[in-house]
Amino acid sequence: MTTFLQTLVNSIGLGSLYALTALGYTLVYGVLRFINFAHSDVFTVGAWASFTLASAFGWAATGSPWFAMPLVLLLAMAVCAALGIAIEFLAYRPLRKAPRLNVLITAIGVSLFLQNVGQLKWVFGTQPQPMPPLLEDSSLAEVAGVQIRVIDVVVVVLTVFLLMLLEFLIYRTRLGRAMRAVSFDEKVASLMGINVNRIITLTFGIGSALAAAGGLFYALKYTGLKQPADATWVLLGLKAFVAAVVGGIGNVRGAVAGALLIAFVEMFGAQYLSPHMRDLYVFVILIAVLMFKPSGLFGKAVVEKV
Amino acid sequence: MALLEVSGLDVHYGGIHALKGVTFSVEQGQVVTLIGANGAGKTTTLRAISGLVKPSKGSVTFKGRTITGMPAHQIVALGLAHAPEGRGIFANLTVDENLQMGAYLRRDPAGVAKDTRHALELFPRIAERLHQNAGTLSGGEQQMLAIARALVAKPTLLLLDEPSLGLAPQIVQLIFKIVRSIAAEGTTILLVEQNAHQALNVAHTAHVLEVGTLVTSGPAAELARDDKIRKAYLGVH
Repeated sequence: MTTFLQTLVNSIGLGSLYALTALGYTLVYGVLRFINFAHSDVFTVGAWASFTLASAFGWAATGSPWFAMPLVLLLAMAVCAALGIAIEFLAYRPLRKAPRLNVLITAIGVSLFLQNVGQLKWVFGTQPQPMPPLLEDSSLAEVAGVQIRVIDVVVVVLTVFLLMLLEFLIYRTRLGRAMRAVSFDEKVASLMGINVNRIITLTFGIGSALAAAGGLFYALKYTGLKQPADATWVLLGLKAFVAAVVGGIGNVRGAVAGALLIAFVEMFGAQYLSPHMRDLYVFVILIAVLMFKPSGLFGKAVVEKV
Repeated sequence: MALLEVSGLDVHYGGIHALKGVTFSVEQGQVVTLIGANGAGKTTTLRAISGLVKPSKGSVTFKGRTITGMPAHQIVALGLAHAPEGRGIFANLTVDENLQMGAYLRRDPAGVAKDTRHALELFPRIAERLHQNAGTLSGGEQQMLAIARALVAKPTLLLLDEPSLGLAPQIVQLIFKIVRSIAAEGTTILLVEQNAHQALNVAHTAHVLEVGTLVTSGPAAELARDDKIRKAYLGVH
């Protein structure tokens, strides 16, 4: 029973990380109808920028003040938002009228570019680094034998907060209405007076900022940062992408549900079946969803407009 | 000077020459209609005016400003609303949200509320469905929403593309009744229609498009009596 509950708690922690990243895929797909394969690298930059910032402030050795984490979070989100906006402007905007395949291939190119630039010695370098502990890594409480760690609570609370903020933005504000309108029909949206390019810029900014939060939380949880081009990052990005597809790509709530599902399957599979095949379970879920409900668990089958 | 002046407009779609030197103007307060068969270039003309397609030649002037090549969202800001072909309803938004999109650029909440109320008085069936997803509306209701949404923008010039398309005769009657009352309130309308009978009935001036060229222009009442027009577009033999 304790093992079961512990696995459950761990899954929720992991699921929130996936959710933050999955949202970037789903938001961009919503407005541009293509998979931004460079998004996992934005997540990596989020983790590494957090490391660089935390180290630069000298918090690595000394132990950090209370505002260290929020400050690093905000700065990393700003860095990644700027990066995402720059990627869209430089790489994708010139291809707005090109076939979708060209954009997809460009995204893979951007991904490789970021991985290689990240390894330059004046950027992040090729060596793994230990993330400075911005949060006390201790047990907050023990409930029925289950360890609830400070970091897990902080990560889940902040994730829920960011998701609620996003939900409010999308469903309750003028900007959110414009985003949904653009996602449905760009041309008609422009007839309403919406500057479609500005909405796309904002969407990239928001998605990338959420990925930065995911990157920081990941670095805080798994403190040994692999070098920027390591396969771990690509795999993490892929899992977040699977989460977005499983939940129904383009669907914001679906991305969160998909992320939790993926995390549950991964953690419970690792605990009760075999820890060596944890990545396999995730992709089995993907195949199953694509076979039986290709539009995703929360996606609506696309009906041709008459 | 006319409110809208279109002169020598050419539009190419790939290798297709869709519009060839289309020239006409719309006076303030008038209802002008473009009639013609499927593929004559009626919709393309509207799209070139509202900035959805870039003309390859010619110019469009609105309120004395050249708007040729301007992005659509900036043209809207000048007071031009376009209810596009196929209605262009945002099916993923509620009816209410669709109406709010019409007022996207307006900064006067009181005025928006007033114009929304007025639009809903014209279309009581929409008022009953404010919180429904717009995708669940019937074709006629979607058309009403498209017109209501354009009205909430409080346009000087309203472009209407085939408001009668695919609708039952009763609904068509209703839509044209409302088009007439919108015009009576002073909104200038450029109406594109295949239903020439209704269009000539409501319009002051009419232009006939044939394969991308304006072939006949004149007062709508006169065109309605013209033998050639009656044979070709009104089904009179």
